[in-house]
Amino acid sequence: MSQAINGTGHGGGNGVGNGGRAPGEPLLEVRDVVQEFAVRGPGGVKGAVVHAVSNVSFAIGTGETLGIVGETGSGKTTLARSVIQAPRPKSGEIRFLGTDLMRLGRRALTQARRQMQMVYQDPFGSLNPRWRVIELVEEPLLGYDVKPASARRKRVDELLDLVGLNPSVYGRRRPHELSGGQCQRVAIARAIALNPALVICDEPVASLDVLIQAQVLNLFERLRAELGLSYLFISHDLALVKQVSDRVAVMYLGQLAEIGPAEDLYRRPLHPYTSALLDSIPGLDPATGQVRRPVPLAGEPPSPIEPPSGCRFRTRCPFAQERCAVETPRLREVLRGRQVACHFPVNVVADTAKDSAE
Amino acid sequence: MRDLRVTFTRGGRRVHAVNGLSYDLSEGEILAIIGESGSGKTVGARTLMGLLPPSAQVSGSAMFDGTELVGMPEPTIRHWRGSEIAMVFQDPTRSLNPTMKIGTQITEAIRQHSDLDRAAARDRAVELLKLVHLPAAERRFHEYPHQLSGGMRQRVVIAIALAGEPRLLIADEATSALDVTTQAQIMSLLLELQERLGMAIILISHDLGLAASYAQNVVVMYAGRAVEYAPARQLFRDVRMPYTRALLGAIPQLERPSHGQLPVISGQPPDPAALPEGCPFRPRCDISTDKCAEAPPFLEHMPGHWWACWHGEAVHPVDPAAAPGASASPAASAGVAGEDGRS
Repeated sequence: MSQAINGTGHGGGNGVGNGGRAPGEPLLEVRDVVQEFAVRGPGGVKGAVVHAVSNVSFAIGTGETLGIVGETGSGKTTLARSVIQAPRPKSGEIRFLGTDLMRLGRRALTQARRQMQMVYQDPFGSLNPRWRVIELVEEPLLGYDVKPASARRKRVDELLDLVGLNPSVYGRRRPHELSGGQCQRVAIARAIALNPALVICDEPVASLDVLIQAQVLNLFERLRAELGLSYLFISHDLALVKQVSDRVAVMYLGQLAEIGPAEDLYRRPLHPYTSALLDSIPGLDPATGQVRRPVPLAGEPPSPIEPPSGCRFRTRCPFAQERCAVETPRLREVLRGRQVACHFPVNVVADTAKDSAE
Repeated sequence: MRDLRVTFTRGGRRVHAVNGLSYDLSEGEILAIIGESGSGKTVGARTLMGLLPPSAQVSGSAMFDGTELVGMPEPTIRHWRGSEIAMVFQDPTRSLNPTMKIGTQITEAIRQHSDLDRAAARDRAVELLKLVHLPAAERRFHEYPHQLSGGMRQRVVIAIALAGEPRLLIADEATSALDVTTQAQIMSLLLELQERLGMAIILISHDLGLAASYAQNVVVMYAGRAVEYAPARQLFRDVRMPYTRALLGAIPQLERPSHGQLPVISGQPPDPAALPEGCPFRPRCDISTDKCAEAPPFLEHMPGHWWACWHGEAVHPVDPAAAPGASASPAASAGVAGEDGRS
């Protein structure tokens, strides 16, 4: 199936290709990205700054899914938008397919974006209500000058098949004639139309019912396997992120608290915030039948206009000490493959020796 | 609640929003009503509040402490609303008046339900704000809703709901718009209030995890019908209705390894204006038979455990032996087998 897609998808001459990328270099490498917005502060005072994303670094390998979890206002959406340069972040480096996107001009950036597509939360809001499904899916192909028209039509049918919508049944419909899940399938078909290397999903299933949500998650998994896609997958739902991710990054107030392989991170969180997040999820362990009654974390997230000094989580952290207010913890590797930004990571002391010896 | 049915006229068609809903709620109990959008869970609760559009036709019975709520005239129901039964909705922003200070809004609600004078109502309002653990309650009293975070707004809405000292609080997806840590805070607040005030709570949610952790009993709704009703633990341990089972399987679980395919069912819930004959879940069910052309009755098959399915005995729980370390899982869905992640 993937061969047929490659046949029509790539138009060639992208400006950004694998050419500039050294072997072994990650698909996307984000270094020290900072994004800030000027706003009026309390009382209408000028000059206040929202520290939306502060010094975030991570990388995504080819075919890898990186999940980003965090609560409202943690900056995960701003981070995603910084990656696609909409708007361009204040500082930092974003290397995608071997090119630093921060230094690209408008035209080169448009070409680079061909390789990175977004899927948003609201499937209705991201589709023009007056267009038919086939027109919606054809649009990205038109936008990047895929010719001739017959090739575009063939590709649209292929894409609709790929996302599980029968073109002869759904092709002529408009968004209001589709369910939420079907709309999201159309949005996904649009995103993968140009064979992107990376798909950025911002809460892609948050507005769907669980049964539909499971179908769309399965679709993401299938596309990953069939097309070798990489995902940057953003959600507030920890279980959902785990379902799709190889590695997971936890964001708190514009910074990464922790990043590491999904399985490890959930089994043994290192950052007190990750631990608190996991403790907040109600549910029932399907294995043991034991009920998980959440342990609430005290306090409210501080304002990103005046983030606390030092560690931003310290105001709510049960283990905070003096050092946390003075010195900002850097993201450092404490166990193999696992980085945490905390002076006093949890779950680490007893096992450090064993893990580093591995 | 016995065999509640609600229909509306929408665009000239009769929409069967609730199609047979029965449950019992004891004093001080937490009951969860679970279902997808359009399953009738909200309409069923709104009936208790008398908050249905004029075209609604209601039949069945909802007895609240000996009083029949179905068919109660509007002036009487207006008294009930708030003082006996109060409701908290999903979006706290839409429940609050953006142009009024929160203190004024609470005081107004208190004076609606009591004959306290302005000063006494005001004291009571501050007391309520403290009861719901709003930080710096006295100062917040003079603030507007937009100055508060989402979690704080929901606390204010809950304080307003408590103004009439209701005996039943209906929380309609009250924590769905909130972050997990805030949700945990609000839920622990509701639990505390339930214990301190002896209030019963109906939790309306799509979140089975929430129901499992907090509710004593759970009603699962599909296409306007109650399809399963049992004590929470019993339900999750021994699910009997194929729809409940599908719901349980479709939820990503923290305990499952990454990248598995989730067990899904195809199709969509039926159109409430054109419900199929027989069991409404039949077109999507993998164990349906000819028998299912006849609607299964909602019966108490085991003590306290009700379900509406002809084949409930044949349904097995989702992952009975997927315990960590259990290598051969009989539930052979790809996502569950094996625990050999990347440890």
